Amino acid sequence: MRLSSTGRRPWRLSGIAAIAVAGSLLLASCAANEPAPGGESPSGLSGTLVGGGASSQDAAQQAWVAAFQTANTGATVEYEPTGSGAGRDNFIAGANNFTGSDRAFKDDELAKDNFTACVAGTPIVEIPNYISPIAIIFKLDGITSLNLDAATIAGIFKGDITKWNDQKIASQNAGVTLPDLAITAVHRSDESGTTENFTDYLHANTPVWDADASGNWPYEGGEAANGTSGVVDAVSNGTGTIGYADASRAGGLGTVAVKVGGDYVEYSAAAAAAIVDESPAAPGRNAVDLAIELDRTSDAAGVYPIVLVSYLIACSDYQDDAIVPLVKAYLGYIISDEGQAVGVKAAGIAPISATLFDKAKAAVDSIR
Amino acid sequence: MPDTAAPARAKPRLRPGDRVFSGSALAAGTLILAILAGVAAFLIIESVPVVTTDPKDINILDGQPFWSYVAPLVFGTLWSSAIALLMAVPVSIGIALFISHYAPRRLAQGLGYIIDLLAAVPSVVFGLWGGNVLAPAIQPLYSWLTEHLGWIPLFAGPASGTGRTILTASIVLAVMVLPIITALCREVFLQTPVLHEEAALALGATRWEMIRTAVLPFGRPGIISASMLGLGRALGETMAVAMVLSSSGGITLALLTSSNPGTIAANIALRFAEAFGTNINLLIATGLILFAITLVVNMIARWIIGRRREFSGAN
Amino acid sequence: MAASTSAASGTNIYAAGLLGKRTPWFVLAGCLAASFVLFWLLQAGTPGATLNVAGAIIVGAIFYPLAIYTISLLVEGARKAKDRLVTALVYGAFLLALAPLITLLSTVVANGLARFDLEFFTYSMRSIVGAGGGFVHAMVGTLLMTLTATVISVPIGLMTSVYLVEYGRGPLARAITFFVDVMTGIPSIVAGLFAYSIFALLFGPGTKLGIAGAISLTVLMIPVVVRSSEDMLKLVPNELREASYALGVPKWLTILKVVLPTSIAGIMTGVILAIARIIGETAPLLVAAGFTNNLNYDMLNGRMQSLPVAVYYQYVSPGVDVQAYLDRAWAGALTLILIVMLLNIIARLIARYFAPKSGR
Repeated sequence: MRLSSTGRRPWRLSGIAAIAVAGSLLLASCAANEPAPGGESPSGLSGTLVGGGASSQDAAQQAWVAAFQTANTGATVEYEPTGSGAGRDNFIAGANNFTGSDRAFKDDELAKDNFTACVAGTPIVEIPNYISPIAIIFKLDGITSLNLDAATIAGIFKGDITKWNDQKIASQNAGVTLPDLAITAVHRSDESGTTENFTDYLHANTPVWDADASGNWPYEGGEAANGTSGVVDAVSNGTGTIGYADASRAGGLGTVAVKVGGDYVEYSAAAAAAIVDESPAAPGRNAVDLAIELDRTSDAAGVYPIVLVSYLIACSDYQDDAIVPLVKAYLGYIISDEGQAVGVKAAGIAPISATLFDKAKAAVDSIR
Repeated sequence: MPDTAAPARAKPRLRPGDRVFSGSALAAGTLILAILAGVAAFLIIESVPVVTTDPKDINILDGQPFWSYVAPLVFGTLWSSAIALLMAVPVSIGIALFISHYAPRRLAQGLGYIIDLLAAVPSVVFGLWGGNVLAPAIQPLYSWLTEHLGWIPLFAGPASGTGRTILTASIVLAVMVLPIITALCREVFLQTPVLHEEAALALGATRWEMIRTAVLPFGRPGIISASMLGLGRALGETMAVAMVLSSSGGITLALLTSSNPGTIAANIALRFAEAFGTNINLLIATGLILFAITLVVNMIARWIIGRRREFSGAN
Repeated sequence: MAASTSAASGTNIYAAGLLGKRTPWFVLAGCLAASFVLFWLLQAGTPGATLNVAGAIIVGAIFYPLAIYTISLLVEGARKAKDRLVTALVYGAFLLALAPLITLLSTVVANGLARFDLEFFTYSMRSIVGAGGGFVHAMVGTLLMTLTATVISVPIGLMTSVYLVEYGRGPLARAITFFVDVMTGIPSIVAGLFAYSIFALLFGPGTKLGIAGAISLTVLMIPVVVRSSEDMLKLVPNELREASYALGVPKWLTILKVVLPTSIAGIMTGVILAIARIIGETAPLLVAAGFTNNLNYDMLNGRMQSLPVAVYYQYVSPGVDVQAYLDRAWAGALTLILIVMLLNIIARLIARYFAPKSGR
């Protein structure tokens, strides 16, 4: 071995590194949909708005961010689906300019008044911007719809009712031939707002469900799958399976009409939005705080009680005035007809009603 | 193979350059120890709040004590990995023997590369495949097993309707560790002294007898260390298990039902996205336990190898 | 050892009591045929049922070892029979491993080609809803984090292996060897939690950065680099070192100019295989680097997407147009597999063409 030839060897390494760097620059130059650095939008809005929180809102938020950024090319909005709890913590710590949360702040949390980014003593803006029905989906050959009441649903998901031709199911579905097949009830294995709202409905409506509402599945046993996609896959790949998932993902699966009062109600956007209008406002809140107490036991006609309601939370008075125009523009866009239409298309949400819109608009306009 | 102890005997004069170079080599080695200590230290620091906080304030625990939360996860981790290893090791040895002693010489290397391809598949893809291809395909077999062999506790019913059971997860894990174990076993088998093999054949041994008397005894420490490496990988595998396993139950031996114990790694991945406050500390504490388990497994493996090596006549 | 198969066949007198060379193939064909007939008979009763080809092949494959063992036991005796049984099992093991590989790769290729287009490689996911978009942001993130991890871990790993092979004696070297082994077994998610914990302690909880992802990958990469480089350095013949010492070259120069260049091909192969090992890691990056839809070049600021996380995210959190998200996920998986295969091929080529042509 000659020493002279060995001296050149390390150069090859740096050559590889150079190729890698050049490659990354090449990739950088051709991301066609990324904005040019330092671009200014016609609307004059610029800067970065940082939000985060409920992952349930994620699909809709991505759509809103996309449309908003297309209209305001100089502005960047980041929505990080960190989960509601982390989103609220980050909002309190001032790390998020706004947050999406599957529940409003509780009275004792508000009483602490420790929101870093907000001026002390001013109220918090909370808008139920995201209303989405949760469908109970199942897969049985030849059956597309079943009527069930809360007690039966609870029995199925607790594992007390194990066969599809159980008397409790059959008695509510005269005329449907139910197979003698084992029920596989699929729930979420990860923590989620969907599970929290689903268990909240069962807890409020039937004593069969003896566990509290929780984002983590409260009972041992049953089939568990990761995320909405996991549940939908498990239900569609199995036989005799039943699960719950965001209604936009129900696809070709059979769905359950839920008993409300004397009727069985299929999920629909209108029926989901109706329950928000039927529900009373949380007591003792400021006019800009639109927190509601969902009335899951309502027996008003045409109400679908298994909904996920998620909030947009912001300060009504920011310490940092520079961020205010961006917050107002983005939040204003989300609640607008145009924004809600985008949400319907991207995530299948139920658009907010006109009355709620008026209140929300006033709340957003008050932000300073 | 050259004797590594030799460079020490040839003692060149120590120069400043030597000091710097050996110093930096030593520093790099020590840095590794520091990193490992750092991993342990940071995990411990972040785990402390779990001990000091009331379990009622950690909403994942939901009031139950820490250990009763972790126990099923620890069991699930060990159980799924053990089953995976039980399936993967014999098959891996078979493949390694096939490549080293059975396949035509010219093809052997290419065939080895094909098996290595399995190692190139990211775990997310294994997760997608396991959940959407393997599980539905194998579900009828599970139904059949619970119906006809349900009296064996392992196959106790009712069978899962989707096939996403701990056995499916273990099969996926087995496929994932297969290339690792195979690659190491293959290397060891190829190093069997040719003289031993030829001696066995010359005595009239069949090919299997030659392998049993010459190749396997020589390769035993290698097989064990390969298996332990595979076990370590299986214990820590996260995404594939999270996407395949229906983890909803406590400690059970039943392989084919919907209620399976989760695994530590998959549980962290499932809960981390929505975790906040002390929940994160709780998850890190379970990670610390996983770290401790893999540490123990590795120590046992090294101890076995060290002990075996003394008795193995092959060296 | 090649002489293990009997050269005799046909009517050789010495081959009396031996199975002919082609007999195993006939037995195999017979087993498969029997299995197919069995399945056909079983399903003939149920109208409309299609022949379960996979099941028939599996059952046939299970029949074969039993059949060949029995036949061989009757004709050739117990020892030969056992040999034939093991041969069948060993071939079976290899074919068994091919089954998941083939279904996996065909699934990925079939689903991945739908979106394996120019847009996929020129767009990020910024402002993309539904169909369209691409994974440039993820590719950049993967590249940056992997590169950073490599830049950190190769010097550390290489110098450690130099220490172990050339300098290390006594308890410290033994401790390092042992703990490098331990480190090989660190679960990837624990590495991610470690990186997350560092940055959570320094910058507050919830901090997710590209550099954190790179650090978690470093923890996974270092032991792999140490082990492979150590093996390569050990392969350098001592004669080379001694010749260099004899010429009065200092030890550090000997290592730098003789030992490392001699083994550089093997070391590079090891490094590339280590890269291939970490480039598909999902869990640590999910925990430490988070995910984003935007292109991010800044390792020290903001979340960074990577290919495996992007694939996972597309699968877990799709919008209404699910198929578009799944198509992107599969295309990302295909890209990832191709990258790892490419790295493997490069490693093998380096090993073959740059291997030292020394006396051994």
